[in-house]
Amino acid sequence: MRAADLVPVPTSQSPRLAMSDVTKRYGAVIANDAVSFDVMPGEIVALLGENGAGKTTLMKIAYGITQPDRGTIAIDGLVADIDSPRHARALGIAMVFQQFALFDAATVLENIALGLPQAPRREIESRVLELAARYGLQVDPARRVHDLSMGERQRVELLRALLGRPRLLILDEPTSVLTPPSVERLFATLQQAAESGTSIVFISHKLHEIREFATRCVVMRSGRVVANVDPRAQTESALARLMLGAEPRALALHDTLAGEVMLQVSSLIVDAVEGHRLDDVSFEVRSGEIVGIAGISGNGQAALMAALAGEITVRSDAVKLCGKPVGHLDSAQRRALGMRYIPEQRLGHAAVAGMSLEDNALLTDESVQASLLMHASTGRVRAARVVEKFGVRAASLSQKVETLSGGNLQKYIVGREVLQAPRVLLVHQPTWGVDAGSAAAIRNELFALRAAGCAIVVVSEELDELYQLADRLFVIANGRLSPPRAPRQISTEELGVWMGGGWSAKQPVHATPTPAA
Amino acid sequence: MKWSLVPRDTAAPLATWLSPIAAIALTLAAGCVLFAAMGISPMQGLVVFIVEPLVTVRGWSELALKATPLVLCACGLAVCFRTNVWNIGAEGQLIVGAIVGGGVALLATPETSRGWFMLVLLASAAGGAIWASLTAWLRDRFHANEILVSLMLVYVAQQLISWVVQGPWRDPAGYGFPQSEMFAAASRAPILIEGTRLTLGSVLALMAAAALWLLFARTVIGFQLKVIGLAPRAARYAGFSNRRALWFALLLSGALAGLAGGLEVAGPIGQLTSSISPGYGFAAIIVAFVGRLHPAGIVLASLVMALFYIGGELAQSRLGLPSALTGVYQGLLLFFLLACDTMVAHRVQFRRAAAI
Repeated sequence: MRAADLVPVPTSQSPRLAMSDVTKRYGAVIANDAVSFDVMPGEIVALLGENGAGKTTLMKIAYGITQPDRGTIAIDGLVADIDSPRHARALGIAMVFQQFALFDAATVLENIALGLPQAPRREIESRVLELAARYGLQVDPARRVHDLSMGERQRVELLRALLGRPRLLILDEPTSVLTPPSVERLFATLQQAAESGTSIVFISHKLHEIREFATRCVVMRSGRVVANVDPRAQTESALARLMLGAEPRALALHDTLAGEVMLQVSSLIVDAVEGHRLDDVSFEVRSGEIVGIAGISGNGQAALMAALAGEITVRSDAVKLCGKPVGHLDSAQRRALGMRYIPEQRLGHAAVAGMSLEDNALLTDESVQASLLMHASTGRVRAARVVEKFGVRAASLSQKVETLSGGNLQKYIVGREVLQAPRVLLVHQPTWGVDAGSAAAIRNELFALRAAGCAIVVVSEELDELYQLADRLFVIANGRLSPPRAPRQISTEELGVWMGGGWSAKQPVHATPTPAA
Repeated sequence: MKWSLVPRDTAAPLATWLSPIAAIALTLAAGCVLFAAMGISPMQGLVVFIVEPLVTVRGWSELALKATPLVLCACGLAVCFRTNVWNIGAEGQLIVGAIVGGGVALLATPETSRGWFMLVLLASAAGGAIWASLTAWLRDRFHANEILVSLMLVYVAQQLISWVVQGPWRDPAGYGFPQSEMFAAASRAPILIEGTRLTLGSVLALMAAAALWLLFARTVIGFQLKVIGLAPRAARYAGFSNRRALWFALLLSGALAGLAGGLEVAGPIGQLTSSISPGYGFAAIIVAFVGRLHPAGIVLASLVMALFYIGGELAQSRLGLPSALTGVYQGLLLFFLLACDTMVAHRVQFRRAAAI
């Protein structure tokens, strides 16, 4: 059954975009498996699916970046063989990517003019200002991009896309870097564009925004279209079921009693780690508690984790582990004192891509610090234990870790650290890009560890995850840390304002003006 | 019709190992073209170049003799390259090893006992290590690029050896030639097989290759070096010291290159001269990569490279070809290896029109 048949589409006009039977393989992986997908003029279609479901591949095919192995594409009823983005733009298709394609050192106007035919600067400027006013996309054309917040950068991308008067606008996860107020504003703009006849496709896995803003929702799972529904008539859990294929496993929730302070951070200052800094950060984590740190990526999370884990050294008493100053110690020395760390990037940071499961088991093993000779059996025993206890699906222990799926690799890394019975555990994006089943298993491990008295710090961009996991929540913005809140005492709207740095105002947080980003 | 190189999803492990063999075959094929272009029948050229050196016991011993410094240098370089330390100055380290070892060798008199040779070896290893430590220090302290520093120190080393053999250590009875006195017997490397020039050095080279295998297969430091080379961030995560690895790799490769230099002057050459190495340190870079940074591969690749040295000499004396032929063959081999490796990792894709 072709899922596209579920909802009757108006037949009075031909679809703006009609993709049929599109198949794309990457080696053994089928990214798109006989996908049919169409968009009518003026529609706002949400393309929903987990990471790796094939949404981005499908849209890259529509935009001419990727060529399909099979299938046809028609624009306004005419079959088109879109072989490059330039060709796509000529056909009236525009795409805004997750990673912005802007020159940091150039001004907003220069960035926009780059994609346009030669025209006098003043003329472009007046067109930009006119368009910005019409869609409520305020941004100063003379500012340089590196000074702009993520929300503002996206506005520049949108302006650039809209200036070409696209008939079809594709956005890849447009809200992943935005605070909730900016999300509202983005969709107001998109609705306006849709009313004037532009078709819009946005890729997302955020259920609430799909229900709120999309007129139709196409759900993809493992490369296939599995549903085509009106999201306004669906509950969030119904959408989640469509996306995940089965009800997500319930998480074990229970009350905990926080014990003594295990990790104490006081006046931690870091200058520029990969361009991000920390400005006087202080907090503490107690035994048996999970502290969550929310924030939009790039606001100092990397520097915080590096300083806590010992990948960079800091003033010795800025970080205390069980009362002992450890700021000057490296990661191996801190590990020996009971601190464990699960980095965000799995390959190349938490694990070595070119090495086997066995060898990677030894990466954070104390034996490789202490002894002279390698004992191959140590790695094998450790790896076997992790694989068995954490249900890692691996063909053999000598296979290279890069051949594991994202979820399995994450389970392997989490298992490797959890089995060492840490006293303090640092976790960065524990379930990023991980399938729902593995994500639930990983979260349950964190709960078990908390019950055993471990002090846990979770840094994440997924608010839902933090609400589920954390006993106390902080927000990190621009290198500074907010005051703590219990998750049930702070709404997502308020968190969104905080993520823009909004807590620092003296007046009650609700009353602060919406921040720029 | 446009074409582009597209990365393969998986590189076949067998192809990775066959690539150096294909590169050698292609080098010989290109060599035939080269012979033909110089008016010599390719058959005759190949016979002189690669068959004649291998038909006598003496030929094989010469091959092993030439391969010895290559194996020693390449083993050290393999440690560096696996650690992501780009030491390309093994030639300089070899020369300074020869100078320091030679200096100790010159102290021996006809009455000195046979054990003096061990001191010569130790001194040459120390000399090479000291020369490499300059690179390590500049990189560690000032973040100087080790590729440039190690390469430029080669030229400094060459000036240094010219100076010692023309100045302080020149043989007074040498008619003004830029060379030292011949070393006393106590300083000379023991001959392995009577009637050949093969010395104890070849045994040491094989031991170095075995030690290299042991280092990466069985020791913790080898594991740490591998992690640092493959994923520096993972190494920082694990708590392996990048600085220690830099020093370890450079000192070890310097010592091995220095040892190679000491064995050359205390072995077949028997004295210090201004030209003790026909570029062994540079050729060892090619050897290390053709040998896939693996000890067994390095030993085999060293023999091939040694054959090019001997073949080049024979081609000069027997066929009247320029001695630069050896360098051309070395260059061809490296070129074809890089080409084969690229094709192992990529495939050619033809497209109708340009994208983006």
